[in-house]
Amino acid sequence: MMDDVAIPPFERFYETWSGEILAFLRRRLGRAEAEDAFQETFLKALRAYDRLEHGRDLRAWAYTIAERVAIDVHRRRSVPATPEEPSGREDSRPAYAEIEHLAGQLPATERAAVVLRYGYDRSYAQIGTALGSSADAARQAASSGVRRLRRKELQ
Amino acid sequence: MTVPTDLDRRFRSAAAAAGLLDVAYDVVDSPLGPLFVAATPRGVCRISFDPEPEEEAEELARRFGLRVLRTALEGPRRELDEYFEGRRQAFDLDVDLTSAAPFNRRVLEELARVPYGETTTYGRLAERAERPRAARAVGMVMNRNPVPIVLPCHRVVGSTGKLVGYGGGLDRKERLLRLEGALL
Repeated sequence: MMDDVAIPPFERFYETWSGEILAFLRRRLGRAEAEDAFQETFLKALRAYDRLEHGRDLRAWAYTIAERVAIDVHRRRSVPATPEEPSGREDSRPAYAEIEHLAGQLPATERAAVVLRYGYDRSYAQIGTALGSSADAARQAASSGVRRLRRKELQ
Repeated sequence: MTVPTDLDRRFRSAAAAAGLLDVAYDVVDSPLGPLFVAATPRGVCRISFDPEPEEEAEELARRFGLRVLRTALEGPRRELDEYFEGRRQAFDLDVDLTSAAPFNRRVLEELARVPYGETTTYGRLAERAERPRAARAVGMVMNRNPVPIVLPCHRVVGSTGKLVGYGGGLDRKERLLRLEGALL
């Protein structure tokens, strides 16, 4: 049954996706910061691992966690060192910042697509690659995720 | 890409240090070949010869929980090294037998009392576990001993003194008994 994909031992999950996730974090954050983010990502995954309900979309799940960690790192970076000094640029993702707190309620693939698209301005082709699907499927996942979030926001 | 060794090791030890693992395992070298060694927070739960770590990890995940990760097991590695160098006769390691059936656990607890350098028989071990007619069943428990070496099933021989059988192969049983001076 599709719904019953067994969850592998954490070792296998880690061995399968750790290299790819590290490469992803290096592209986002640069080599130096990627290392701490990598550790944080997999510790978060380990903490959440026994609450997984199935073994589907573990790749998208790993990317979602890595994205959130990267977003946190960016946020910490963007805190101005001296508050008096006006920050040089506005956060380029105000719309995403408004819906982000809701994103955790989305199914894994939609969540990853929304985070990658609106949190990180990734192209649908890149998101498709990250999620192991086509660009079209990534576009659909992102847009149905956003529709779902808008409904939640209105509630 | 592969994760650099240093970063990989740091993650693995951080995971263990944070107490997030159901099972930690490692493969350690020994004169009997590489040994698969696994431990839960309660103690060593598995030692196997000729390890196939992926299959072992699957089995451990079924029995103890999914958070199974390879990471250095310093205590067990050190004690096993000392044992194989002839510098240790008794292990101070805790053993986790929670997944063993009650009869098996009883027999394995009796087995743990068989001293270094001595042998006993399946029948005598059955008597000590208060199941005097269960010598064959004791043989099965020895054959499936989850923690060989630390729980010394190599010290259990047939009633005639013949080595009879060993999960890791008779050759290894003989070498362990020679190491302990129980065989010349």
